[in-house]
Amino acid sequence: MPKSTKNLLAKTANESVAEAMKQINPDVVAAYPITPATEIVQIFSQFVADGEVDTEFIPVESEHSAMSACVGSAASGARTMTATSSQGLALMFEILNIASGLRLPIVMAVANRALSAPLNIHGDQSDTMGVRDCGWIQIYSETVQESYDNFIQAVKIAEKAFLPVMVAMEGFILTHCMEPLQKEKTEKIKKFVGEPKSLYSILDQKITVGAADIQEYYMEHKKQESEAMSTAKNIINKVGREFKKEFGRSYDLIEEYKTTDAEVVIVVTGTTAGLIKAAVDEQRAKGKKVGVLRIRVFRPLPYQEIRKALTNKKAIAILDKADSYNSFAGPLGSEIRGVLYNNCKANIINYVYGLGARDISFDDVYKVFDELLKIKQSKKQTFELKYIGVR
Amino acid sequence: MKKKILQGEKGKWTELPAGGIIDEPKTSEYLKTGSWRSGKKPKWDEKKCIQCMLCWVNCPDNAIKTKNGQRKETDLDYCKGCGICEKVCPVSAIKMVSEEK
Amino acid sequence: MPNLKELSKKEPLFAAGHRACAGCGAAIIARQIMMAGEQEKVIGLATGCMEIFSTIFPYTNWGCSLIHNAFENVAATVSGAESAYKALKKRGKIKKDIKFIALAGDGGTYDIGLQSLSGALERGHDMLYICYDNQGYSNTGFQRSSATPMCAESTTQPVGKKTQGKKQNRKDITEIVAAHNIPYVAQSAVGYHNDLIAKIEKALAIKGPKFINILSTCVLGWGTKPADTIEVAKLAVESRFWPLYEIENGVYKINYTPAKKVPLADFFKLQARFKHLLKPENKALLIELQTNVDKNWQKLLKKVECS
Repeated sequence: MPKSTKNLLAKTANESVAEAMKQINPDVVAAYPITPATEIVQIFSQFVADGEVDTEFIPVESEHSAMSACVGSAASGARTMTATSSQGLALMFEILNIASGLRLPIVMAVANRALSAPLNIHGDQSDTMGVRDCGWIQIYSETVQESYDNFIQAVKIAEKAFLPVMVAMEGFILTHCMEPLQKEKTEKIKKFVGEPKSLYSILDQKITVGAADIQEYYMEHKKQESEAMSTAKNIINKVGREFKKEFGRSYDLIEEYKTTDAEVVIVVTGTTAGLIKAAVDEQRAKGKKVGVLRIRVFRPLPYQEIRKALTNKKAIAILDKADSYNSFAGPLGSEIRGVLYNNCKANIINYVYGLGARDISFDDVYKVFDELLKIKQSKKQTFELKYIGVR
Repeated sequence: MKKKILQGEKGKWTELPAGGIIDEPKTSEYLKTGSWRSGKKPKWDEKKCIQCMLCWVNCPDNAIKTKNGQRKETDLDYCKGCGICEKVCPVSAIKMVSEEK
Repeated sequence: MPNLKELSKKEPLFAAGHRACAGCGAAIIARQIMMAGEQEKVIGLATGCMEIFSTIFPYTNWGCSLIHNAFENVAATVSGAESAYKALKKRGKIKKDIKFIALAGDGGTYDIGLQSLSGALERGHDMLYICYDNQGYSNTGFQRSSATPMCAESTTQPVGKKTQGKKQNRKDITEIVAAHNIPYVAQSAVGYHNDLIAKIEKALAIKGPKFINILSTCVLGWGTKPADTIEVAKLAVESRFWPLYEIENGVYKINYTPAKKVPLADFFKLQARFKHLLKPENKALLIELQTNVDKNWQKLLKKVECS
């Protein structure tokens, strides 16, 4: 929490991201409405109508066309942004891979929402987890402030790594709930993100973008993309340090909250981390050595940092707000388990929670910590998948 | 784009332009599609030719070379032998003949 | 429009050395598109024959910038590029004049690409959309598209013991686009280079969304001899199967009225996809198709009268 409340505003994550977009004033925004991301686009449209930005706003006729137009725009060297959720993100799937394959620095805000069927407009992470292999950098926000800060950093990260970036925030829980926002000065933000950068432009040069590869070249081009994602880690760290220098708030790839001397740790992404931090404080007051590890950047996966944070732990719970339906583990569960293989002797329970924004309570979290403290003594290494909160 | 890649040598992943782009125009001229012909090639009778340019504008492969608005010999490096030029010529100045001729 | 001799002096912006079939109509169309006008062009190209035969890494035939995104979204892609151009021009980062062309086959236009096309037309982007229409999904082996004419054979609606090719009539995409009330809509065909190039030059000079549908002979799909490409397209026009017309601000104009009435059967004779219609047992179908062509021509004449 900031020391002074002088420059604080009460804003939702949607309003904050729209505000950040206004302050950056990108060249092009192509977007299609979908609950709960709609507001970002609506608020931004008002800025356009009032002349507060001179962005070219394209009111496309579907999310697939939104990302397609973003590809055309970014390939023309323009700073391009969009926002969507759930079904919209799923509809764009084909083009997400194209955007990363073409190394376009597109920035997208995703208001996390459950994927159909059944239809559910509330916040879980099945949408962004479902596209985790599309070659996009993925950053998960815990608070409204972080949504704003992540979005600003995303522009700089995208234009250094030359990979598209998606900033995720839980639908309704973050996008529609007010929290205090330290809004920064527009000149400072503009100076921080600088002039738009791109690897190429179809308007400046005579190039062919999106050529077909036969077997002899596809893998080489994909190797380049893989290297770019690996290199992105250092870029994200560097941008984080520059952000701290400029604006005073610091962000790392992961956030360790009271994990150093913890025996058992919960691993989680997104807003739920806030709830768990409060639960950690409660449990610590009762003398239990617990902690929480928040994964802020999921793509690229900060495996070295995760290993270092968890290597000595005795029991770990990985909380997934999505399921992979592989009968073994959720998306975060699979990846963290893989990272810890041969690096950690902890017993691990993978919990799927909050699907379709099924509420998770303090009691649920205390139960998880109790379970972890119980199994930490067990000599047999286990890994199980459990659902919390389902009847 | 490295010339050796255009000449057919397989480049390493570090040698290719990022994003899979082809960073210069008209690199297809390295592909000599004349090898596609199977048996027949066009023979142009310059004396009969009235320089109407119908063959030039209708050649799918841009294989009919021109100079100063005048049609010249067909470039057999690219001609696929489709025979459209023979068909569209109004004065039968082009004949598809056997490759050996 | 400059004459052929003058056109031949320009630097060719669609080079030799592509992988199209010998005698491909689409390749001729691509060359002629790049001959039209003096303005710098940026092309969006949908997945399809033209994209595959002209842009296999590291070879490109294009002498201008080109972007290929996916199959169904060339109109949306070019919308993005055109908007970026507007934004960058507004901010003083680009000064030159660029014309945007979206190129797709009938697959990427009539069917999977229709939503994207309709959206771009409705939003009024300053772009020219050109469809090279070979009446089927050629690139994947000539499956039926909604552009395939009735009774034509395709690999997903072949001629068999029970059915005689495509059962349905083709979609009239030119009229669907005209219903968007854009400033310029036209139909042209390969083999009519003056018509084709003049229409493109006219369109490029107009501000707003424009659409030209160009009939393209497909050697493998239609089952024609490579040398017959131009002749077949000419018979399509002469038999009134494919009228050459334009709609400028809602006013219809037929650009070419065939002097004689060439029977549809003459057009069908050169193509394997229609050869079953020349059999005596299919006479009724042939008459039905001829009647449809005649009716459509009369309808077109009425539209010219009313507009």
